[in-house]
Amino acid sequence: MKTLALLVVVITGVMLIYAGQDLPPFGDSNTDMYQHRMTQYFIENSESESGVSNIVTALLANYRGYDTLGETTVIFTAGMAVMLLLRRRET
Amino acid sequence: MTGTLDIVYAEYNYWIYVTLMMIGFYAMIAKKNLIKKVIGANIFQTAIFLFYVSLADITGGTAPILPHGGEHVEHAADVIYTNPVPHVLILTAIVVSVSTTAVALALIIRIYNEYGSLDEDVILAARKSLQPEFSEYARQKGVAEVGDQ
Amino acid sequence: MSRIQESVIIRTVVRIMVPFIELFALYVIIHGAGGPGGGFQGGVIFGAAIILYAMIYGIAEGKKKMSDALDKILASTGLTIYAGTGLLCILFGGMFLQYGSVPLIPDNPALVSKYLIDLVELGIGTTVAAVMISLFFDVSPPESEEGELPDYEGVDV
Repeated sequence: MKTLALLVVVITGVMLIYAGQDLPPFGDSNTDMYQHRMTQYFIENSESESGVSNIVTALLANYRGYDTLGETTVIFTAGMAVMLLLRRRET
Repeated sequence: MTGTLDIVYAEYNYWIYVTLMMIGFYAMIAKKNLIKKVIGANIFQTAIFLFYVSLADITGGTAPILPHGGEHVEHAADVIYTNPVPHVLILTAIVVSVSTTAVALALIIRIYNEYGSLDEDVILAARKSLQPEFSEYARQKGVAEVGDQ
Repeated sequence: MSRIQESVIIRTVVRIMVPFIELFALYVIIHGAGGPGGGFQGGVIFGAAIILYAMIYGIAEGKKKMSDALDKILASTGLTIYAGTGLLCILFGGMFLQYGSVPLIPDNPALVSKYLIDLVELGIGTTVAAVMISLFFDVSPPESEEGELPDYEGVDV
C-alpha cells in the first residue's frame, strides 16, 4: 500500500516537473501574465477608479467584491459549522 | 547538458514546490492517522500558495502599493510593481484553506469522541461491526480483529 | 491550571500586551486601503489577542471577555455590514457593490469608494475575528475544577 502511494506520488511529481519546464523563469517580467492588458490596467487605473492606493485591496474589495463577499460567507459558515458540531448544550 | 542545467537553475522555485506538493500528497494518501492527513492537505495547499505567489514575482519589483495619494501618480510609471492578481487569488485561497481545516478538525474531534481512535482502519472496522453493509472497504481489508476494542 | 498559566511573568506580560495587540489589529484593518493590511489579516490578529488572553487566564475568564452570544452577534454583524454596503449601492441606483454610486461626497466617486472599502474591510475584520475566537472556544475542552481533561463517556483514550 505504501509503495503504491509512493508510486502515485512520484508519477505525479514527474508529470508536474515535465509540465513545469514551460513555465517562465523566476522573476521574469516578460511573461504573458504580467504583460496582459488586464494586469497593466489594474496597476494603472485601480487608484483612480477606487481611490485606494493598495492595488491588492482595490482588486479584493472593488473588482472582486462579490467574490470577497462569498469568501466572508465561507468563513462565517465554517464557524457556524464548527459551532454546530462541537458546542455542548447546557442542559 | 548546459541547457538542462540552465532550466533547472532558472526555475528552481517550481521544483521546490513540486517536492513540497509530493510530501503533502503522500501524507494524504499513505498516512492512516486522520490528523496527519489534514496536515498533509495543508502542506499541499501551501505548495500551491507558494507557486502562485512566485509566479507573481518580478525581479526588482516592489509590493503593489502605490505611493501616497493621487497627487504623485506621475512618477508611478518608473516603478515596477509585482503582479497583484495572483496575490488576490491566494488571499481568497488562504481563507478557504483555514475554513476547510477548521471544519475538518471539528469533524475529527467528533469522530474521536464516537470511535475512540484516529486510525482509519480502526474506524472503518468499528463502522463495519456497527453497520455491516455500510463498509465494503473494511470487509475487503479484513481488519475485523482490531474493531473489537 | 498548568505551570505556564501560573507564571507571574507570562500573566503580567499578556495582560499588558493584549490591548496593544488589539490596537495593532485595528490599525491593520483600517490601513488596508493605504498600505499593507486588510480585513482578513487584522481580524486574525484581533482574534489572536483574545485567544492569547484565554490561553493564559483560562477559558472561563476568556469567555467573560467574549461570550458565546457576543461571538455569534459579531460574526453575523460583519457579514451584514458587507452585504448592507452592497445593498446601499443598489439603493442609490448603482449595481451591487458599485461603491461610486453612493452620493456621500459630491463629484468624487473615488473618495466615496475609498471610505466604503474601509467600511467593507471593517465588516470582514469583525466576522473573521469573531469566527477565529469562536473556533478556539469550540475546540478547547471544557474546564473542570482541577483543570483536568474531562473523560468522554464510553471512550478509551
